[in-house]
Amino acid sequence: MSDNAESPTETQKEETTSTDPSATSDEKKKIDVLLKAVGDTPIMKKKKWAVDRGRTLQSLSQFISRFLKLDASEQLFIYVNQSFAPSPDQEVGILFDCFGSDGKLVLHYCKSQAWG
Amino acid sequence: MADDKDVLRDVWFGRIPTCFTLNPDEATEREAEPYYLLLPRVSYLPLVTDKVKKHFLKVMKAEDVEMWFEYEGTPLKWHYPVGVLFDLHASNTVLPWSITVHFKSFPDQDLLHCPSNSVVEAHFMSSIKEADALKHKSQVINDMQKKDHKQLWMGLQNDKFDQFWAMNRKLMEYSTEEGGFRYIPFRIYQTSSDRPFIQKLFRPVSPEGSAHTLGDLLNEMYPDALTRDGEKKRYQVLIHGIEPLLETPLQWLSEHLSHPDNFLHICVVPAPTD
Repeated sequence: MSDNAESPTETQKEETTSTDPSATSDEKKKIDVLLKAVGDTPIMKKKKWAVDRGRTLQSLSQFISRFLKLDASEQLFIYVNQSFAPSPDQEVGILFDCFGSDGKLVLHYCKSQAWG
Repeated sequence: MADDKDVLRDVWFGRIPTCFTLNPDEATEREAEPYYLLLPRVSYLPLVTDKVKKHFLKVMKAEDVEMWFEYEGTPLKWHYPVGVLFDLHASNTVLPWSITVHFKSFPDQDLLHCPSNSVVEAHFMSSIKEADALKHKSQVINDMQKKDHKQLWMGLQNDKFDQFWAMNRKLMEYSTEEGGFRYIPFRIYQTSSDRPFIQKLFRPVSPEGSAHTLGDLLNEMYPDALTRDGEKKRYQVLIHGIEPLLETPLQWLSEHLSHPDNFLHICVVPAPTD
């Protein structure tokens, strides 16, 4: 892992689970996310990351862009189920609950619109 | 008895009388008159506010800047349907809905940028695809052609009920033996939380075969929203500005009270104290 890329495991606590009616006590705070590149977008050697449930796709996308040292002008699209790109303010925890399988959420990332 | 199909029409043509006022801090050449508009509940702000922008740009010194909206200090997210924004932030207030128009100091922390309607289209189609992933494992939306997707979008953009529903009814189909969709696409919004919304997997039918109701969903996802016996009512549960009976089957609500993005948007707001 590169030194200057901020790992998703190091983010500040965004959630206040005690006041969150949707959270249950046995709910894990972090989830496993598998990041896969599409087309000519560079791959990440480390594919599996532990990510805070409350982290947004926008913040995850910024992390990937920094990790891959993409140009600031380059867009990054993130897809679920190789089908739809949720809005940037969507939390990965919700996506994990609805579209995760085998204990992890698979996300595809791409520098151009890959699907729809 | 009225046909259930009439409900679709009533939902589609729901309007909110709105008064747009320019933020007094904007640099203008002369005073800006307020602008009044009936906003479609099922649409998105950028699709229905061209006239608002035109009206206020006439008195603005700056040109070609991104317009954004605020209600009583809360920036309004363009990617939420108009009706959801109203129910969440302004229900139980006097009409018209008083929205403040801004051109400067775009709140990057709170709002997504929307440079063109194609961004709205991408967001809308992505929501429909997400909903169909929950309802039919994406089978219906994937069987559609590009032009069918376009028909859904054009129907919404141009406020064409028949054009939209001729295609959308396919997304509402399910096999009779299953008794409903695989999962109900829903989002529960609350004012009392910084979290965007609650969204989880929830089936329309219980393992025993009985229909899940709106009350069942809330009991599972957000029990505080329900009033217990002998308790004072604390919250209102709003869909399209009304409080549906908690006994209403969820599958019926999903088919009839979903927004065009195929999600059932449910707002939990503090009950008015009077």
